[in-house]
Amino acid sequence: MNAPVIRTRGLAKRYGNKLAVDGLDLEVREGEVFGLLGPNGSGKTTTILMLLGLTEPSAGEIQVLGLDPRLRPISVKRRVAYLPDTVGYYDDNTGRENLRYTARLNGRTSTDVEAGIERALARMGLAEVIDRRVATYSRGMRQRLGLAEIVLRAPRIAILDEPTVGLDPAGAQEFLEMVLALKHEGMSVLLSSHYLHQVQAICDRVGLFSRGRMVLHGTVDELASQVLGASCRVHLEAQGDGLAAALRTVPGVGRVAAESASRWLVEADKDVRSALVRAAIDAGAQIRGVQMERPGLDEVYANYFRSQFAGAAT
Amino acid sequence: MNREGSPWTGLGPVFGKEFADQLGSARMRILEILVLVAAIGAVYVASQKMRATISESPIAFLQLFTTAEQPLPSFVSFLGFFVPLMAVSLGFDAVNGELSRGTLGRVLAQPIYRDALLMGKFLAALAMLALVLVGLWLVTTGFGILVLGLPPGGEEVGRGLLFLLLTLFYAGVWLSLALLFSLLFRQPSASAMVGLGVWIFFALLWPIFSQYLAQAITGPAYFEDLQVHQAELATMIARVSPSTLYAEAVQVILHPSVRSLGPVFYSQLDRALVGSPLPLIESLSLVWPQTVALLSGSCLLFALAYVVFQRREIRA
Repeated sequence: MNAPVIRTRGLAKRYGNKLAVDGLDLEVREGEVFGLLGPNGSGKTTTILMLLGLTEPSAGEIQVLGLDPRLRPISVKRRVAYLPDTVGYYDDNTGRENLRYTARLNGRTSTDVEAGIERALARMGLAEVIDRRVATYSRGMRQRLGLAEIVLRAPRIAILDEPTVGLDPAGAQEFLEMVLALKHEGMSVLLSSHYLHQVQAICDRVGLFSRGRMVLHGTVDELASQVLGASCRVHLEAQGDGLAAALRTVPGVGRVAAESASRWLVEADKDVRSALVRAAIDAGAQIRGVQMERPGLDEVYANYFRSQFAGAAT
Repeated sequence: MNREGSPWTGLGPVFGKEFADQLGSARMRILEILVLVAAIGAVYVASQKMRATISESPIAFLQLFTTAEQPLPSFVSFLGFFVPLMAVSLGFDAVNGELSRGTLGRVLAQPIYRDALLMGKFLAALAMLALVLVGLWLVTTGFGILVLGLPPGGEEVGRGLLFLLLTLFYAGVWLSLALLFSLLFRQPSASAMVGLGVWIFFALLWPIFSQYLAQAITGPAYFEDLQVHQAELATMIARVSPSTLYAEAVQVILHPSVRSLGPVFYSQLDRALVGSPLPLIESLSLVWPQTVALLSGSCLLFALAYVVFQRREIRA
C-alpha cells in the first residue's frame, strides 16, 4: 500500500451554527485517484479549501505531503494544484496570457516557460485557440485550460472540484481520460463530484459525503458489498427443476430470486458466473445466457440514503 | 504562530498584470480623455485671463493651476473633483470582480499570500493614477510655457511637484476606500454606487453640512467669540472630508501668499506683510497636518481593507 499524501484526523469546520465538515478522517494515497462524492452542500469544497490552507479549520489535524497547510501554506500550494468548481479566467486575456500569469505567480519567469505553456495547451487540444481571448472559449475548453494549468505546474497532487459540471457526456469522458493520464504520470488526484456514474470509472477509491461526514469509503466494489450486501449480480437464463436450491449451494452466493420462469437473479460477493453455470448444469438445467452486472455508485448511494432515512423515520 | 515565506512573493507578477490590464482598459481610456480635455480647457481659459496681469505676479506660473474663469473652474478644482472618480473607477471591482469571475480562488491557490494580491492591486492602481497625473502635470506645464511664454522658476517647480504628491496622497485615500468597498460588497455594481455616493457626499454636500452641524452643536451665536468658535468648529468638521483637506493643502502650496487657514483676527495681522509670499518650507509646514492626514487616512483605510480581506472566506 502506498503512503498517504493527504491525511486528516477529526477535521471540522463550523460556519456560525452550521457544521460544514464534521470530524473528517480522510486519507488519499500516493498515485491514486480518490473521489469525494456527495450532494451539493455536503462539505466537499470546504474540505478542499482547508486542505489548501485557504480556509482555517475549526478543529482537527491536516497533513498534506507531510506539511500542515495552516503553518506552511506556501509549500503546500507549491506542490498541490487546485481547479475550483466555478473556475474563472481573465476573459479579456488569451489562454496563453492566463497561463503565463499562473506561471509567474509560481515564480517561474525563465524563457522555457513559454515552451511549457505551448506544450501544456497543445496536450489539452487547445493549440489552435492559444492566442484567442478566453471569453471565446466554450465550457469544455475552459475546463481543459484548467487541466493545462495543472500540467504546466506539474504538482504532486491535483485537486479537482466538480470538474465535469456543465460538460456534455462526450466532453466529460474526454476530460476524465485526461485526468487518468495525469494519474499514470504519477500524480495523485483528489476529485470531487456529484456525478457518481462518471467518476466511478476513474476513481481507485471513493468517499461518500453526507452532511459534513464521510459516511462510507473504499473501492466501488467494497462499498457495493457494504451497502447492497453484494458486489455483483448475475442474471442467469436457465430452465430446470430445483435450480434455485442448486444455485444457493454455490459458495459466495447471497440471495437467489426468480425474475421470471426462466430467469434468475443471483447476488454474490464475488464473480461466481462459472460456479453458477457448473451448478446449473449439474442440476440438469439448460443454460441460455449469463450476464453479470456490477452495481454502480448511484445505486450504492441511493440505497445507503434510503436505509438512512428509513432508519431515521422508524 | 509564524507564517512561512515572504508575504511579498508574487507581488511583482500581480502588479505587472494589474497595471497592464488597467493600461489597456476602456474605462481608463475614457477617463484619460475626459480629464485631459477638461484640464486643458481649464488651463487655457486661465492663461487667457492671466495674460493681462502676468507681469505683476512673481508666481505667475502657479496661477495657471488656480485661476478660474466662469463658467470653467480652475485646474485644481477639476483635479479635486475628478481624481476621486478615477480612483474609485480603478478600485471598485478589485476584489469582488475577481470573486464574481471565479478567478479569486484560482489565484489564491497559487503559492502566494493574500497580501501580495491586495498590495499588488493597490500599488498597480496607484501607479496608474501617478502615471496619469504626471502626464497631466507635464502637459499642462508645457502648455503653460507655450501660452505664457515664460518658464517656471525653481520654487514654482518645487511647489508644482508638491502639488503632484498631494494629489497622489488624495488619490490614495479614495483608492483605499474603493478597495475596501470592493471587499465589503459582493456585487461590483453595488461597490461602485456606494463609492460614487461617498464621493458626491464629501465633495458637494459635506461642506454645506459642516456649517449647519457646527450651528447645531454651538447653538445661536450672539457674541463674537462664539461666532469664531462656531466658524472654527465648522472648519474642523469640514476637514473630515478628504476633499476639504486636499483643497486647503493645495491652496497653500500653490499660493505662497496664503499664511493661514481658517479665521484670522485683525489683531493678528498687525504689522504683517499681507500678500508677501511665504518660503516653500513655511507653506509646507502650514499644510503638514493636512498632508499627514491624507497619507494616514489612506493607510488606515488600506489597513482596514487588509484586515477584512484576510478574514474573508473565499468561497464564491
